[in-house]
Amino acid sequence: MTEYTPVHVGTVTKYIVVESFEITPADLAIRGYEVSNGAMIKETCFGLVVSGKPDEVDRIVEEVRKVDPDHIFVKDRGFPPGDPRRCRANLGGARPGYHGMEFEMTVIPYVSHGLEELKKQNAATVPAPANPLAHESLDITSLQKLIDAQES
Amino acid sequence: MAKVFIYPATSLILSDLVSRHGHTPLSSAVAIRERIQTAGLESPPLQITPEEPKKGLKWAAVEVPAGVRGRMALYGPMIGECEAAIIINDADLAFGCMGCARTNELIKFLLRQKDIPKLDLNYPKNEDEGVKFVAAIKRFLDGLGGAK
Repeated sequence: MTEYTPVHVGTVTKYIVVESFEITPADLAIRGYEVSNGAMIKETCFGLVVSGKPDEVDRIVEEVRKVDPDHIFVKDRGFPPGDPRRCRANLGGARPGYHGMEFEMTVIPYVSHGLEELKKQNAATVPAPANPLAHESLDITSLQKLIDAQES
Repeated sequence: MAKVFIYPATSLILSDLVSRHGHTPLSSAVAIRERIQTAGLESPPLQITPEEPKKGLKWAAVEVPAGVRGRMALYGPMIGECEAAIIINDADLAFGCMGCARTNELIKFLLRQKDIPKLDLNYPKNEDEGVKFVAAIKRFLDGLGGAK
């Protein structure tokens, strides 16, 4: 086996994903370059990939998020931008992990709406969502309908 | 600032909402980053070496597939150190082969066994559910205290 020498040790990489009618990844990239001080910023179709020292990346994320706080979402990434083990320029096809993000992009407009609404109303007054673990028993009316349908 | 395990561990929405409310999300990217930034023997693409399934023996028996044990070497320590958990139950993106699917079942089982605050949710399917979803997460995270 070959010896492995890591690169970019001590750095963090974060995805900045934008889902907005008003802001494009290019706008975010310009803002990112304005406030960046040595971090690596890559513009993608869905937003930015920012890589650098943790404090610097946190600062850039904080500044970029101010552009449209309810429509910009951030998550960690394990690999630095353009890493040949992950970058689709080398592998072809979608990047592993993109499909998960693609699925969540269909839900994110509802989350953005929730973030906007909670600025206008108190979270404590919003009813709780349905408990996914609750076992919904068959109520007697539905059972009677099933029996009637079988008998007729 | 509490360490919150998120399931699915790759979730963009959960990762963002947890960090937005001043807590630390424990996601798979953090575990992968730790491995690819550590020197050793080359084992692309994720630097998962034959040592990982051995470490996974702490959470899964030896007859369990190595794929589950290798993955548990990533997620097990994070489940051990988490102080709260948010679980999305209808995450279709968390499907997979024997390794992924069984690891996901084991992760959820271990989280439910652990005596920590947990929040179970489904993905929102409309704007009303979106408001309830975000409000539930906000109440849960604010209740943990110690936000940065």
